[in-house]
Amino acid sequence: MLGAILLGAGGAYGTSPAALPSESPDNSITVVLLDTRGTEAGEPGTPVPDVDIEVSDDSGTVGEGTTDEEGRVSIPIPGLGSYTVTVDEDTLPEDTELSGEGGNERSVNVVISGDMRVQFPIADERAAGAGFVSKLMTGAVSGIKFGLIIGLAALGLSMVFGTTGLTNFSHGELITFGGLVVYGFNRGLGLPVVVAGILTVFVSAGFGWVQERGLWRPLRRRGTGLVAMMIVSIGFALFLRNVYQYVFGGTTKSLSQYVSQQRVSLGPVSLAPKEMAIIAIALVAIALVCAALMTTRLGKATRAVADNPALASSSGLRVDGIIGWVWIIGTALTGLAGVLLAVDQQVEFQMGFKMLLLVFASVTLGGLGTIWGALIGSMVVGIMVEVSPVLGVPAELKYTPALLVLILILLVRPQGILGRRERIG
Amino acid sequence: MDWGSIFSNAMASALGPDAIVYALAAIGLNVHFGYTGLLNFGQAGFMAVAAYGLAASVATWGLPFWVGIAIGFGAALLLALLLGVPTLRLRADYLAIATIASAEILRLVFGSVTLSDWFGGSNGRQQFADTFYDLNPYSSRLDFGLFSFSANDAWVFTVGWVLVALSCLAVWSLMRSPWGRVLKSIREDEDAVRSLGKNVFSYKMQALILGGMFGALAGFMLAIKQQSVIPTDYATDITFFAYTALLLGGAGRVLGPVIGAMIFWFLMTFLGGFFSSAASIDLIPDVVMSDIQASLVRFILVGAGLMALMIFRPQGIFGDRREIAIDGR
Repeated sequence: MLGAILLGAGGAYGTSPAALPSESPDNSITVVLLDTRGTEAGEPGTPVPDVDIEVSDDSGTVGEGTTDEEGRVSIPIPGLGSYTVTVDEDTLPEDTELSGEGGNERSVNVVISGDMRVQFPIADERAAGAGFVSKLMTGAVSGIKFGLIIGLAALGLSMVFGTTGLTNFSHGELITFGGLVVYGFNRGLGLPVVVAGILTVFVSAGFGWVQERGLWRPLRRRGTGLVAMMIVSIGFALFLRNVYQYVFGGTTKSLSQYVSQQRVSLGPVSLAPKEMAIIAIALVAIALVCAALMTTRLGKATRAVADNPALASSSGLRVDGIIGWVWIIGTALTGLAGVLLAVDQQVEFQMGFKMLLLVFASVTLGGLGTIWGALIGSMVVGIMVEVSPVLGVPAELKYTPALLVLILILLVRPQGILGRRERIG
Repeated sequence: MDWGSIFSNAMASALGPDAIVYALAAIGLNVHFGYTGLLNFGQAGFMAVAAYGLAASVATWGLPFWVGIAIGFGAALLLALLLGVPTLRLRADYLAIATIASAEILRLVFGSVTLSDWFGGSNGRQQFADTFYDLNPYSSRLDFGLFSFSANDAWVFTVGWVLVALSCLAVWSLMRSPWGRVLKSIREDEDAVRSLGKNVFSYKMQALILGGMFGALAGFMLAIKQQSVIPTDYATDITFFAYTALLLGGAGRVLGPVIGAMIFWFLMTFLGGFFSSAASIDLIPDVVMSDIQASLVRFILVGAGLMALMIFRPQGIFGDRREIAIDGR
């Protein structure tokens, strides 16, 4: 049973906005063949190479190709219109077969150039046999895992917001930074994932320092307003995201290790070893940072700056130095979130951008600027994302309940679960 | 390198349907941000509900085109009310986060497989604007010498610029009325306005609705010009590009968003044409820049440009620095 085919038409790369005139005359249909057995809904599967794919239209065959080691093949098409994509079942690996409606054919309607990916699940009713309770438990555990990853990023965002007041829209790109750097160390330099991950956290910390020194501190010195800084962060996000795509390309890639693992049964739930490791690493990192914030001198100083920068400054604290540390630690945590996300799923240039709103939702839900609130909010959001498909929300809409809660919480309790009233203005 | 065609393409795009869509979206943002100080980051959502309201009404439910337009406007009104009630009493960044989240929810819902019977999933809906094109008085290409538009584009071009002109006229007359002065004073100091007995929440809501209506017009034009709606057309980037256009021209100025959108599209198309032909004739080696990468350079520059604009000249070309609501929180 083969998992799913991803079909993309047009350029299939790019954040090309709506109204762009189509610049590339050579359209193509990109097929990505992924085996999603043993993975959860929403996660990418294992690529299936060496399968023959044929694209045809009403008048006959338009092009043929064979999937490469990433399970990908691009077949040029003469123009926009309706095409049929056929998978040659004889070339599939021996233990796989197609099933489900539509057999080995899918039709795709190419209406406009640009990023237009369609997922055609062929047969993946793996979870159908499992009971509701078991699915709920599995969803809850992967929700905890996802929530912890969000929590790392939310902690970073919340620390920066607490001390500087900046709502940083480029925070998602800091997550992606972690994912791309770990990929570079791992695939580029051939380092083991663990070593690459540790190095990435340090590189991210450095990236945070450079950003603070090169961009945000000079802006604060000039007296730039918070709304202006927010818009600067949007520009920065656009800049970084397109630089990432320029360097990394528009495709999804995986690290060299821990891509697919056999699940280990733990009572009612089963988890892959990497998932347990992710949960453990995230818990340790969060506990360390929280302990440091609560007990160390720097932690106390950070909370003092968050409470009242002017008072902290007049009490002799070097506010700029502390904000520098906040950026270093916050970006390192966010980079770690990117590393864990890359190990858990795969690497692509938008991986952090797609999570940005969930991070915002967590932070708002818990209370902007509060550390514990960010963590509670993240767990709620993470579990909500992973459990909602079990409760009947369509898989492609599993982010929406969390985003709706973001809006609803503003209606009922705008300061969030743990926030203080005075912050909301 | 063919400078002539790069330049004429850029001119066509600065005057053509692309610039019209962004000008209308930016006029809406100008009412929100430029005049009232509301940070609406969900203009894509207003455009999407209007466009899908029209497209689904006509293509899915078979209603007349003009009923579809009315439904689109109604949907944008409803969205403004739903967004405004929870967020307009809060600080600026809450509105920003809530609006961007709702735009994203809408994009996911319109693109979802579950609702594809209504909205067509990721393929969207096509061929819903025949009534509009039946009214087209042009029968041949409209030639401007340097560039020309097809008959359909010329009709979109004519209607679009008339709409932009009417919108500018509306904004101009509203903003010099007492109502507009209240909006501007809300931007400057909410508490002062409140102390004069004005209902700030109600004024903000009216501004959110008015700007959302211009966003709806932008959504209609985008949908009609290509006779197609697809979810990726309404991603968050479109909002931020419209902001870039607005800030480029100058927020808080009637013609700022229009001039900004024209310049923005001139630069986008010019840079796109320049880098793709530079990469294709190997002026820039393939190792440094492939064809795909060439199409990304302009987006990198948009990001850097937005940062630089906000840091060094937040008032844009025509604006007044004292009138931009960027210092508050």
